[in-house]
Amino acid sequence: MLKTFRIGGIHPKENKLSAGKSIESIPIPSEVIVPLAQHIGAPCQPVVKRGDPVKVGTLLGKSVGFVSANIHSPVSGKVKKIDKAYDSSGYKRDCVFINVENDEWDESIDTTAALVRDCSLTSKEIIDKIFAAGIVGMGGATFPTHVKLTPPPGTKAEVLIINGVECEPYLTADHTLMMEKTEEILVGIEILMKAVNVNRAVIGIENNKRDAIDKFKQFAKSYPTIEVQSLKVQYPQGGEKQLIDAVLRRQVPSGALPISVGAVVQNVGTAFAVYEAVQKNKPLVERVVTVTGKHVANPCNVLSRIGVPLTDLIDYAGGLPETTGKVVSGGPMMGKAIARIDIPVTKGTSGVLIIPTLEARRKLMKDCIKCGKCVNICPMGLNPTTLMTLTEYEVWEKAEKEKITDCIECGSCSYTCPSDRPLLDYIRLGKGKVMGIMRARKN
Amino acid sequence: MNMMLMAVGILGAIGAGGATILYFIGQKFKVYEDPRIEPVQEALPGVNCGGCGFPGCNSFAIACVEAESLEELNCPVGGADTMASVASILGKTATKAAKKIAVVRCNGTCEHRPRKNEYDGATNCAIAAQLYGGDSDCSFGCYGLGDCEAVCPFDAIHVNPVTLIPEVDEEKCTACNKCVVACPKNIIELRKQGPKSRRIFVSCMNQDKGGEARKACDVACIGCGKCEKVCPFEAITIADNLAYIDDDKCRLCRKCVPVCPTNSIWELNFPPPRKKEPKVESADVEA
Repeated sequence: MLKTFRIGGIHPKENKLSAGKSIESIPIPSEVIVPLAQHIGAPCQPVVKRGDPVKVGTLLGKSVGFVSANIHSPVSGKVKKIDKAYDSSGYKRDCVFINVENDEWDESIDTTAALVRDCSLTSKEIIDKIFAAGIVGMGGATFPTHVKLTPPPGTKAEVLIINGVECEPYLTADHTLMMEKTEEILVGIEILMKAVNVNRAVIGIENNKRDAIDKFKQFAKSYPTIEVQSLKVQYPQGGEKQLIDAVLRRQVPSGALPISVGAVVQNVGTAFAVYEAVQKNKPLVERVVTVTGKHVANPCNVLSRIGVPLTDLIDYAGGLPETTGKVVSGGPMMGKAIARIDIPVTKGTSGVLIIPTLEARRKLMKDCIKCGKCVNICPMGLNPTTLMTLTEYEVWEKAEKEKITDCIECGSCSYTCPSDRPLLDYIRLGKGKVMGIMRARKN
Repeated sequence: MNMMLMAVGILGAIGAGGATILYFIGQKFKVYEDPRIEPVQEALPGVNCGGCGFPGCNSFAIACVEAESLEELNCPVGGADTMASVASILGKTATKAAKKIAVVRCNGTCEHRPRKNEYDGATNCAIAAQLYGGDSDCSFGCYGLGDCEAVCPFDAIHVNPVTLIPEVDEEKCTACNKCVVACPKNIIELRKQGPKSRRIFVSCMNQDKGGEARKACDVACIGCGKCEKVCPFEAITIADNLAYIDDDKCRLCRKCVPVCPTNSIWELNFPPPRKKEPKVESADVEA
């Protein structure tokens, strides 16, 4: 019996069209746009100005505050301007525009492919290095990694869980990375274990990636503290709390952090980025992006620099099909439909999904028939239909009592609703409002 | 007969006893309420819209009674008349607040502001605002999904199905502020209604640079500053590429209206400009 999380969950069609395709590097365009807000938390303060020459790895934006991350130049060239441009948020925000010249890397970065296994740094040095490299959660939530690795005082991590689940349909970026950079990821995990001071790590991989499980099991033989755990395919297993439940059989209490049950969760992509940052001195300047869709000529996994417009990625995959109805940044469940495709790749862009018109249209909302499907599948054990109604009528106290802030925005409720009600849309709105009220009360 | 009298007697005694107990309990737990609250509340419109800043008419009435002066208190729905009657009940003087009205500061109709994409999510501006800046290149403009219409207790604001921009019904709007709060883009503002409902305002919220704003919408304010220069009363300021007319300073001279290159300054309810009558030859009249 394979492990999985115990509350709710769905199994949407996997549609992993780009599975098994190797990572291809995408050519660098003549201009890149690097947003200064690519993470959860405070946007960066720009430290370059117009006309400044930059190399790959030059600091562009300095992190302000604890929950923030540095941003480095993904290309070499000259800073064209610092101006507002559209990014995946759908709004214009501050970005650094860089005119690309050649591809010169900063001298301190080790660009060779050789594996560096030994790491003699202390926990603090590792976390400082991760902070300097501007690493954020690569699964899509873009939460600064150094914050997660610094547990609040009085708590102690027991086990590091590595998220190789990739439960989103269509996306294969993590899968491909696991296949091609297995050893690097394992070294990254060792470094992360050192950073949080634990001597046990578990990699959770869903059973639809048999090849990755086998490969990790084979390589993990020389890493005795790292276990590989295959998991039953179930969405949203990649959610932090769901993965902890699946792997450790521990439930994170409402409103608490995973550290309260002794767990720290990191994505495989993050583990790879940590390896590159600590062992190769390479800041986070590129990531693997899945470009996919049913009518896309060549669904693929590309290694793209940050700041490359999505148009380049789509062109690389064979161009925008005529049938395009929607372009989604991320996966179909948690991704976000974007209004324009000239926005840049950011640290959190895990995929570009092109949905044909027929499938893209949302159906007309009908009345709730009180079937309770959404209640059954909610992985957080919430009552989505009530939460939607409470948001509609703005009953914030009741919504808070019903734990609206526990929602992980996985979208399972909207997916399963037979009346096509936009449950998540409303719950997300209510969650934001209630969180605002709670913050205001604290201050 | 005897039985009947007995029944009447017993019931009467129970009733009298109960009344006495209730009387004493009533006296014991009596809560003093200012007798002026009730007449004040009756003088108020009683729609509980919250436009005064209090949860409802009752709380506003209590606030009026308790306040030393009525200076800070105003019922936007009832206006000066209601406040005058409240003042006369309480023996205080009411300050006359200028009547205000909701103004929609976006004119990005489908014609002026070409739509670039289609939104098919939940019909709710606040939800759309979480996702993106809007279906045109202007990320400051109206979504046209009608949060203001849904929240209005007076049925005074409606999204025009052709232009997709909300329109305020001057007769019905009471300046209760609900739509102002509901709009996620802060497009709606309460402005002085002005004499004969005449008012001038910049019907745009676009803070992009002039070129970009103009490209996104024909009637966007491009922040050129011509209105600021021509205004004799220093009522117009430009901040973030956007002009704003201060309705406290504006004297409705209308000088700014014709100089605006994009026609983003609106004048409402003014008589049409007088045409110069052609001079008639006096000789002809005599003849």
